[in-house]
Amino acid sequence: MALSGMRGLSVFISDIRNCQNKDQERLRVDKELGNVRTRFKNEKGLTPYEKKKYVWKMLYIYMLGYDVDFGHMEAVSLISAPKYPEKQVGYIVTSCLLNENHDFLRLAINTVRNDIIGRNETFQCLALTMVGNIGGREFAESLAPDVQKLLLSSSCRPLVRKKAALCLLRLYRKNPDVVNVDGWADRMAQLLDERDLGVLTSSMSLLVALVSNHHDSYWSCLPKCVKVLERMARNQDVPQEYTYYGIPSPWLQVKTMRALQYFPTIEDPNTRRSLFEVLQRILMGTDVVKNVNKNNASHAVLFEALALVMHLDAEKEMMSQCVALLGKFIAVREPNIRYLGLENMTRMLMVTDVQDIIKRHQAQIITSLKDPDISIRRRALDLLYGMCDVSNAKDIVEELLQYLSTADFAMREELSLKAAILAEKFAPDLSWYVDVILQLIDKAGDFVSDDIWFRVVQFVTNNEDLQPYAAAKAREYLDKPALHETMVKVSAYLLGEYSHLLARRPGCSPKEIFNIIHEKLPTVSTSTVAILLSTYAKILMHSQPTDLELQNQIWAIFSKYESCIDVELQQRAVEYFALSRKGAALMDILAEMPKFPERQSALIKKAEVAEVDTAEQSAIKLRAQQQQPSNALVVTDQIPNNSPPSVGQLSLVKVPSMSSSVDHNSADPGLTQTNGTLTKEDPQPMSPDLLGDLLGPLAIEGPPGPAAQSEQNVVGGLEGAPGAGDEAAIVPFGEPSTVQPIGNIAERFHALLLKDSGVLYEDPYIQIGIKAEWRGHQGRLVLFLGNKNTAALASVQAIILPPAHLKIELSLVPETIPPRAQVQCPLEVTNLSPSRDVAVLDFSYKFGTNMVNVKLRLPALLNKFLQPINISAEEFFPQWRSLSGPPLKLQEVIRGVRQMSLLEMANLFNSYRMMVCPGLDPNPNNLVASTTFYSVSTRAMLCLTRIETDPADRTQLRMTVASGDPTLTFELKEFIKEQLVSIPTAPRAQAPTPPAPAPTVVQPTSSAAALNDPGALLAGLL
Amino acid sequence: MIHFVLLVSRQGKVRLAKWYSAYSQKERAKLIRELSAIILTRAPKLCNFVEWMGLKVVYKRYAGLYFCMCIDQDDNELEIIDIIHHYVEILDRYFSSVCELDLIFNFHKAYYILDEILIAGVLQESSKRVVGRLIDAQDSLVEIAKEQASLVSSIIAQATK
Repeated sequence: MALSGMRGLSVFISDIRNCQNKDQERLRVDKELGNVRTRFKNEKGLTPYEKKKYVWKMLYIYMLGYDVDFGHMEAVSLISAPKYPEKQVGYIVTSCLLNENHDFLRLAINTVRNDIIGRNETFQCLALTMVGNIGGREFAESLAPDVQKLLLSSSCRPLVRKKAALCLLRLYRKNPDVVNVDGWADRMAQLLDERDLGVLTSSMSLLVALVSNHHDSYWSCLPKCVKVLERMARNQDVPQEYTYYGIPSPWLQVKTMRALQYFPTIEDPNTRRSLFEVLQRILMGTDVVKNVNKNNASHAVLFEALALVMHLDAEKEMMSQCVALLGKFIAVREPNIRYLGLENMTRMLMVTDVQDIIKRHQAQIITSLKDPDISIRRRALDLLYGMCDVSNAKDIVEELLQYLSTADFAMREELSLKAAILAEKFAPDLSWYVDVILQLIDKAGDFVSDDIWFRVVQFVTNNEDLQPYAAAKAREYLDKPALHETMVKVSAYLLGEYSHLLARRPGCSPKEIFNIIHEKLPTVSTSTVAILLSTYAKILMHSQPTDLELQNQIWAIFSKYESCIDVELQQRAVEYFALSRKGAALMDILAEMPKFPERQSALIKKAEVAEVDTAEQSAIKLRAQQQQPSNALVVTDQIPNNSPPSVGQLSLVKVPSMSSSVDHNSADPGLTQTNGTLTKEDPQPMSPDLLGDLLGPLAIEGPPGPAAQSEQNVVGGLEGAPGAGDEAAIVPFGEPSTVQPIGNIAERFHALLLKDSGVLYEDPYIQIGIKAEWRGHQGRLVLFLGNKNTAALASVQAIILPPAHLKIELSLVPETIPPRAQVQCPLEVTNLSPSRDVAVLDFSYKFGTNMVNVKLRLPALLNKFLQPINISAEEFFPQWRSLSGPPLKLQEVIRGVRQMSLLEMANLFNSYRMMVCPGLDPNPNNLVASTTFYSVSTRAMLCLTRIETDPADRTQLRMTVASGDPTLTFELKEFIKEQLVSIPTAPRAQAPTPPAPAPTVVQPTSSAAALNDPGALLAGLL
Repeated sequence: MIHFVLLVSRQGKVRLAKWYSAYSQKERAKLIRELSAIILTRAPKLCNFVEWMGLKVVYKRYAGLYFCMCIDQDDNELEIIDIIHHYVEILDRYFSSVCELDLIFNFHKAYYILDEILIAGVLQESSKRVVGRLIDAQDSLVEIAKEQASLVSSIIAQATK
């Protein structure tokens, strides 16, 4: 054992170790802190050695978990010490104590910069290390050029350069602008030729960060990565010290393969061939050996290779090799390998059509669900969830249910949610679904959210065949001792509605049903009592001829609750009591609940919300989004059998009240409440889909009310009326046999105007993601067409209808998309001249017998060809003056501007890539923005905009736009106007743009399944 | 990337904590507390990975000391295990057969060495020899400075005699 080399520090550490208990330790620490504090106070008397020692003590105390709220200044000040030992301590302690947001760090920026640009190599290293570890945005802005210089310098030694590479990586993370994409691609490629493996490893990490944001700027690095990989795999020219357990730097191999995963494809056949040779060698040549460290290293490489193969979607040959390997892994003893096998199998599910092969391992995976290690159990659960489909749902869900009784609490909630979702999605028949959910409530009631039991009620209500079965089941559960309260709720609700269907069975007379439910009343909470009261009222209504004894019993309960302190219960009791005296009138009011409008499951939606909206940073994530399965088709299949409910019934559904205590007029507050909760998400269909909506409600529900309303909504959405945004945020639900988009297409389009990647369109079968890169007058878009289903999508067609000013080349779109697969279709866009017209993607596919056709606007608008530019007063004013008057400079007063603050407006401009330049206009109510527009005809052209606002009336403003091209000036002015007048939801329907079609038209053509469906028939005729 | 590195003893004492993502003082304390509770109670012979708060912790136990590194969900777990072991091997070489006491009394050395292996939560150097050489060079710089200082003070002492 070596001592610290500082006596005082060692003594202090020993003292701490000798403390018998926490109190003693605290006393000793407090004493030391007091000592350090006084010493720091009269700093003059401190030698550098002492200062160093105290700073270390502080760090030690901090590490023990005590608050150290002083001395940061002293630590930081050591950085500027002239001698190495003090400087070293200053740097290292500062980077341990502070984080990037700390104010003290700013004090050090100058010293740090001097160390970086100075000639002392050891100081350079210290400074680069600290900035690399805790540098924030300010460091990024002030130090990035110096750090780049060091990285590229040929006179610097590798030890400095590798640190510079990672330091730059940190600064890039903090502010991506510090690396200029155009200039860096070539340099990055040069860095990959590096012979020193330390520098190369660090540079590769830098490359991974760069390509994850801008893969197509770094194409030139791709072949170099493959070269590096070849060099490693063949073990050529790898110094002994860079092998780890006989494997040439596993880290460098892993990083290189990670970088390659960010390139969508590898086009060059030679590069591709070389890469596959290497991958093949890794896949085949990795054996399990005794040495655990060697195993870890070789498998780190192997798993990365697997990920790369999955990404490249290689020849089926290799893919099946991967699955075989994974199959082997999930059965091995080594827990790490088993864990990773399960994890990667789940990832593989998202990528390709290997479900059938993976299904062969189902038994093994289920075994892992009982593994002693919770990490492995979690992976197994995820995998089972992902691989579940109609064919194996029964087995998997039953396994999950069985496991639920023994599962640890940490997992129960997730487990029950997943079981509920799978049961709903893949139920072979509905009675099984009811069984599963009731079991779920029985076994893990605490973990079953309201959504789950609401959903069961909804299914049962909408399926007449199911009602007696569900009621009987509910009745069975009531016989069990110690029932979970949620079970009481469901059973009471179901029996209230449908117990009369069981009347002839033993133990199911109204009286018996009432008695057994009423037994539970003393044990349940008020919210459940409310349901019970409704149930009693319904039971009473169904007992015909009236059983007087039962009636008296129930009336007694009602009158007891008439004075209940809970308003809700009191109201119910009073109303039910009054109603039940009306005899025949009761029949109508307390009649069975009408069917619920079809909607996407709240559960599935919940599960989706977590996944959508993640930025498409990595290829894996993007594919993960495609994984969302089809909606609950089980319900929709049943619909055509059901006769449309009468208008009278519908009116009940249409009055959703979140809280029935407000809803005094409602005939049946209790039941409305239940349904209100169920229907609150979308009482009327709201969807941007014009045709679908007009037809949908007509076909299914008949009444004109909701249809008209939804039409209004559509129109509202088009015109961007205020408020439409809120409503449109509600996700529309799927119609039974027409294909409805998920999410608001117009909103998605608008979001994509501002960002470069996201989802363009989604429906139950397909998701179209988009990722765009813009440079000058050119753009490269990639469409990600993801099939969400377990069946292939056929007759896929994508046609681009470009406006005159855009040249768009779409690469070949495959005719079929295999199940759960994703295809990428790159698009090259060239902007010929300024125009606000929109390109339209005419997309169609066939799923089963459904032909779906949508027309989607592509987010390749004017603003994508803008490049913000910061302009100084000296540059601005001459330009502004030289562009004098129309047609180069246009002015317009705009009224009806959307309410927003000046700051919001400035943000709006910035987000459309027009840089607001503060300080140019002396009037604080005005904004000046500058940008460069790129097109073939105009080349790069400077555009200047000035907005003058009136602080008293924000709804109008005067806008002046100037550029060197009359068309550009006009188009830009109109573009800005549209954004100001209606943001953010409104598509430009009112703009005089010729080819802009209605946002989307989904045209369901006739299909065998939809023959019963008048909506579909109508659509066919149209 | 690695968000933080934590060395914690079986008794829950922190022996090293290095943060590469910006956590406040409070968050740091909370993370250490929660994570130690999870890691220290895991039975032996389980896998080396724990999923935790949307992140993943890769850990490995050496005698009474747990080495933990926290990474993103889709990072390569085994690569991190390799980094942990790489670090341990370098410590072992430096202290010639390292034990927990070495790291207690020389915690600052553990930080220096870690800084030569990781920057920005990413591996910097994979050669044990190169790292060893750099640490030795640092040590000798400190030694030289010390000798100079004592030389200066002895000269002053002589001059003032």
